[in-house]
Amino acid sequence: MSSITKSSPSRTSVAFDPAWKTILECAAIEVFEMMAGVRPELNSASTGAPTGEQTAMVGMAGALCGMTTLRCAKETSARFAALMLGESAASDHSSSGDALGELCNMVAGNFKSKISTLADHCMLSVPTVITGADYSMETSEPTEVVLVPLLFEGQPVWVSLVIHT
Amino acid sequence: MKKLKVLIVDDSSVMRKIVERALRQAGLELTEVLEASNGAEALTQVQKGGLDMILSDINMPVMDGLEFLKSLAGVEAAKGVPVIMITTEGSEARVVEALSAGAKGYLRKPFTPEQVKERVAPLLGGGQ
Repeated sequence: MSSITKSSPSRTSVAFDPAWKTILECAAIEVFEMMAGVRPELNSASTGAPTGEQTAMVGMAGALCGMTTLRCAKETSARFAALMLGESAASDHSSSGDALGELCNMVAGNFKSKISTLADHCMLSVPTVITGADYSMETSEPTEVVLVPLLFEGQPVWVSLVIHT
Repeated sequence: MKKLKVLIVDDSSVMRKIVERALRQAGLELTEVLEASNGAEALTQVQKGGLDMILSDINMPVMDGLEFLKSLAGVEAAKGVPVIMITTEGSEARVVEALSAGAKGYLRKPFTPEQVKERVAPLLGGGQ
């Protein structure tokens, strides 16, 4: 369960809770089930860092400051777009990235709505989508990172929550 | 079954398509689907009249969904047109504010076509 700590008189932040990993897993799987009609499995064998040419990111600010990301291969992203929008979307690169962005936005929203202390006290940014695999993301310390590796049709999909603590 | 003319308001074109698809998957027969990417554009569409329903996101640039909803009070063509707000946020406060401002219901993303039907059908009448 999350607890609230006062970090300043004007701002209340929610302390990181290790249970958020399970909540993020549930939030992500629920979004894929409801919006794309598929249920990715947990990829418990995954040990490496996330890879893939498409990354969607949604910033979070307020009681929790950080970022939710969703990363996968372009083909996987196109598959999600086809499931959400119809087959014609699979060949449209822009739709495929936008669909991944919307999925990421819903994962972030669904995650925070499951934590009562965040629901009304954390705002989300509009999604940003990066295309390309050769990048690294650096955030200011201190941070906690929650990584949820999933498998969809045999392909890896990573959901992450990077939190400034 | 009544055929519907609906307005979908969202700053994401992909989300507008997703909402339209969900309405069709929910079994609603749509004769015309108008789109707007913010509340200001949506007001222009509403003033043309003839709408059966409006579905609007809350968080949008230029004019957000709550401001749009409040602006509808002064638009004759919007009288009797049900508005359903769509939100990704888990914020109860914003949902309550939307309902107080005249929204007839809300949909929280993610949603299934079944949930869309549950929320939308009772507002339409005519055996939807």
